Amino acid sequence: MTSRPFLRVLVSPAALCALGFVAALAAVMQYSLRAYVPGSLEPGGFTLENFAALMKPLYARVFFDTVWICFLTAFFTLIIGYPLAYALVHARNVALKSAILVITVTPLFLGEVVRTYSWIVVLGNNGFLNSMLLKSGLIEQPLQLMFTRFGVVTALVHVTLPVMVIMLAAALSHIDRDYERAAASLGAGPIRAFVTVTLPLSTPGIIAGVTTAFAWTFSAFATPQLIGGGRVNMVSNLVYQLGFASFNFPSRPACRSPASRSPSQCWG
Amino acid sequence: MRLLGAVTVTAILGFLLLPALVVTLAAFNGRAILSFPPETWSWRWFVKAIEYQDFQLGFRNGLIVTAWASSIALVVGAAFALALERYEFRFKRALETVLLSPLVVPHFTVGLGFLILAAQLGWARGYAVIVVCHVVLVLPFVLRSVYISLRNLDPRLELAAASLGAPPLRVLTTVTLPLLLPGLVSGWLFAAILSFNEFTASLFVTAQNTQTLPVALYNYVREYADPSMAAISVMYIVVTATLLTFANVFLGLGKVLNVEHSR
Repeated sequence: MTSRPFLRVLVSPAALCALGFVAALAAVMQYSLRAYVPGSLEPGGFTLENFAALMKPLYARVFFDTVWICFLTAFFTLIIGYPLAYALVHARNVALKSAILVITVTPLFLGEVVRTYSWIVVLGNNGFLNSMLLKSGLIEQPLQLMFTRFGVVTALVHVTLPVMVIMLAAALSHIDRDYERAAASLGAGPIRAFVTVTLPLSTPGIIAGVTTAFAWTFSAFATPQLIGGGRVNMVSNLVYQLGFASFNFPSRPACRSPASRSPSQCWG
Repeated sequence: MRLLGAVTVTAILGFLLLPALVVTLAAFNGRAILSFPPETWSWRWFVKAIEYQDFQLGFRNGLIVTAWASSIALVVGAAFALALERYEFRFKRALETVLLSPLVVPHFTVGLGFLILAAQLGWARGYAVIVVCHVVLVLPFVLRSVYISLRNLDPRLELAAASLGAPPLRVLTTVTLPLLLPGLVSGWLFAAILSFNEFTASLFVTAQNTQTLPVALYNYVREYADPSMAAISVMYIVVTATLLTFANVFLGLGKVLNVEHSR
């Protein structure tokens, strides 16, 4: 480190971005501590009332519903994501590997609206699933899949899966395959080797994946809004309603705060 | 055991692909009401989607925002990645953590934050706020892909140029940057795709006349149910998947996402 040409030029734009981001988060934080003045966008003085308001029965119910939906989503995403991540890391065929990778991550780049709309087409009363089931004679009445928790969780699992697979695959790819081979040569069958060696070694990835899935689901907006259709409400929908229907801005950030979490595990 | 694994993975991939396939079927449906399998086939929803004014406006706004956001993010991210790889400086780790954190902070919170910030600073809700918000959101991907190309770059090439008498700026422009090109291109590509498709944060920072395509789509889905939305979804899926395949060939998506190792 004798000379550091243009270090300042390289770092300062990034520092500026970081500053803007921190300022935006700080704005949410401090807004959550301000009093709500009805009919005005200007917040009043500092108060903890917004957090106390979260204890109202309606908010509390939505909050616990949300936690339950997040839990279900994180659980199913983990169960479905693990085999996929495993296949992605251990596939030997290059074409197969890149096919799995592109299929897995494309939804991540598609955005919430397009993905959610696709699920509406699948789950609706005239949708794909019901049409197929009716035609095959398995059911006589269309199943109510839209506006149910089942529908919301299914779509959320689909939305969260890419992130989960990426986190799990990052963890799995760091595990030295020699450990599994050692277990095998010591007489462990493939299942035993997996359960006692690979699975414990991938725990950091599981934790990172589950917490991120939880946070993503907690903040999911379009999916519960469109598929839940007002009958399955999550915190983000409540926040949006409060903010844009009644203009109670200071209550919104108070609703958000439980979702803020440490951001360090992402890139392993 | 192997067969069971193959069946499981195929089933999961099927689950991932199902909505895209179903939407494609719906988009070519000749009638306005969903029916599976479609009785008649037609292109007319594609025509209607392309001619719909809000989508056109959203597309135009999206291009403006994406062009600015991804290019700014590319310059900022590439510069910082270079500094990260080459130098030690104060607050290096802290700065890196903050800049990577938009990956895990809910976009909802980020959008709301920039909305409140803009309101408090008295900014108009124009393109500037959207662009700043998007730059922050896509920066992690640019950082990551440029950083990986830097790690793979042989430092001896730069040393050789320097020892032959090239001043630092000349080394940067004639040796480092050309060698980094694949990383820069794919970083920019990721940033562009993500920015163009960003919805949740955009919903907060856009206004009626600056709404980007995903926001326009959201407003459309809430009010109408005809298959033109399916048609535009298909266009979205095809373009995104093509670009991603391209990015995968160019740099290796696996490395950017950290599921493969660079060496």
